[in-house]
Amino acid sequence: MMKLKLEVRGYDSTIISYLSPVLAGLLTILCGSILFYALGKSPTQTLYTFFILPISDLYGVTELFVKAAPIILCATGLTICYRANIWNIGAEGQLLMGGLIGSWVALNLLEVEGSWVLPVVIIAGMLGGTAWAAIPALLRTRFHTNEILTTIMLNYISLNILLFAVHGPLKDPGGYNFPESALFSSSETMPVLVEGTRLHFGVLLAVLAVAITWVLLSKTFIGFQIQVLGKDARSAHFAGFKESKLIWIALLFSGATSGLAGVSEVTGPIGQLIPTISPGYGYAAIIVAFLGRLHPVGIFFAGLLMALLYLGGEMVQIELGLPLAMTGLFQGMLLLFLLACDVLIRYRIVLDRTKPQETIATTNLNPASGE
Amino acid sequence: MMDMDLIANILFATIRTGTPLLLVALGELVCEKSGILNLGQEGMMLMGAVVGFIAAFHSESLIVGFAIAILAGVIMSLLFGFIVIQLNANQVATGLALTIFGTGLSGFVGLNYVGESLKGLSEMPIPLLSDIPYLGVIFFSHDPLVYLSIFMTVAIYYFFRKTRAGLIVKAVGESPEASQAIGLPVYKIRYLAVMFGGGMAGLAGAYLSLVYTPLWADNMTAGRGWIALALVVFASWQVERAVVGAYLFGFMSIMHLILQGFDVSISANILATLPYVVTILVLVFLSKNQARIKLFAPVSLGKPFHRTN
Repeated sequence: MMKLKLEVRGYDSTIISYLSPVLAGLLTILCGSILFYALGKSPTQTLYTFFILPISDLYGVTELFVKAAPIILCATGLTICYRANIWNIGAEGQLLMGGLIGSWVALNLLEVEGSWVLPVVIIAGMLGGTAWAAIPALLRTRFHTNEILTTIMLNYISLNILLFAVHGPLKDPGGYNFPESALFSSSETMPVLVEGTRLHFGVLLAVLAVAITWVLLSKTFIGFQIQVLGKDARSAHFAGFKESKLIWIALLFSGATSGLAGVSEVTGPIGQLIPTISPGYGYAAIIVAFLGRLHPVGIFFAGLLMALLYLGGEMVQIELGLPLAMTGLFQGMLLLFLLACDVLIRYRIVLDRTKPQETIATTNLNPASGE
Repeated sequence: MMDMDLIANILFATIRTGTPLLLVALGELVCEKSGILNLGQEGMMLMGAVVGFIAAFHSESLIVGFAIAILAGVIMSLLFGFIVIQLNANQVATGLALTIFGTGLSGFVGLNYVGESLKGLSEMPIPLLSDIPYLGVIFFSHDPLVYLSIFMTVAIYYFFRKTRAGLIVKAVGESPEASQAIGLPVYKIRYLAVMFGGGMAGLAGAYLSLVYTPLWADNMTAGRGWIALALVVFASWQVERAVVGAYLFGFMSIMHLILQGFDVSISANILATLPYVVTILVLVFLSKNQARIKLFAPVSLGKPFHRTN
């Protein structure tokens, strides 16, 4: 019987690494279509409603960018971390902290007028996210504590702190006891760029973050050091790069961009602090970082695609009554397919020409009988 | 002077709360012993919880619910296993993907069951033993799954200490290359270990949705899968320490209920962060001693291995 097997290429295929996200996307759409069909919906109509209808007019396109901004912001920070082989899963928590601290400052400046107020709020949010990311950085560099678990735990902690704040100290006194803060003043909210849409200044900040990330990675010595550290920690060590310094930089950068994502949301489309400022943007950003091949330009487009998954999920719910949970399902499928397709970067599929008998002979060695 | 009955009740609740953590941690421990790091525990638990609940809801049989939940966990783990064992993908990224996928899929599958409830598994006090003052309440008045988790602990301890199969799993985890060289089917052993982990995670999920709080809610595992991963590190891959750790974390999880009982005026949300804070503190405390972790962790843990022949 002929069997397929994997054979090491001996090099990493660049073409496959770009094709893999496309293939993963197609496989996700294929599985999605089967699912739609199983749910009794026409696959073509559903796919149209999911992927085309949300962006069929100008408002839809601007909404796509509004949705993509926080995801892209988080993904830029994660990209720097993953390039350095630092498994930061904490973008969600850093985003929430950015939103929380930004809101806290905004609520204290409610009565203050002036063009400096918004920048102060934004910087406060970024500092909030940065401070939150400093915790895993400190623990990793000082105590060698695994950052995967600390960042995950910090996500849960920050969500609870946010809930505490909106139910307690930051709750709107005149808000009929709803867990929401007061609305921010007009000088504390992001200016809208296109009249009649929600396209706000924060989207430009996201584009700026992509540019900065690109410069940092490709044009600076720090970026070079980060890439070396990620590829081969021993080489980085022998080259005299300071690992702990790079860990600090990567995590703080991620904290700043994720914090910015959070504060852009509360001062942008939301306009106040609420318990649900993020429908898992920080987790979606992990998928975006991988889908975008850990490259700033790549994550920009991957971020738009991820935003489309959110908009499409809402659209099929409104138009066809399909559950909103579809978005999460598509996200998970996309990442799983991507990782499976990525195997072709390093391996090629070949027909296994070894005769079955030989295989048995080599795998069923009995220690007693010898070779 | 604190009420003895109260203490007994707190310890009873501690064991009950620690049980799902223990179940997942045991599964992950076996999986990690074979060299595979599966960060998808949370996703597999959620799938176990939702599918188990649905199965029990329709069949009106808890046994069916648990069986289907285990099956769901195993299927999820096979998906993970195929990608990391067969396709040799990055285990950390794939595990994360499994959690994201499981979270999404469970939300999707369980949509029409949010708000439904059923009669959960009731306690099964052990005759005579449960009549012992205090100790009877703490140890012998639990539901059957608590006893099962203890049994599994002993069984896995015995498996690794006394059986040839246990030795083989450890060998594969220490060096898949050497194991392959002496003719061990590395892939097959790792698949089995991953599947065992999946089954345990599925069962632990069903413990939450069929015993602990007999209902389904989105994300109801609330990070327990991740805490269990920390627990395995805490236990330094030793079965007997996993039990202690699970109950310690169980105690931390019910701390807010205890403190509320004492009229401590701290916000419930702040108290709810306790298990997560404790997890971080414990990890920091343990990781200060890197030599110890290096000594106990399976050498090939998380590293890709490509079968050649």
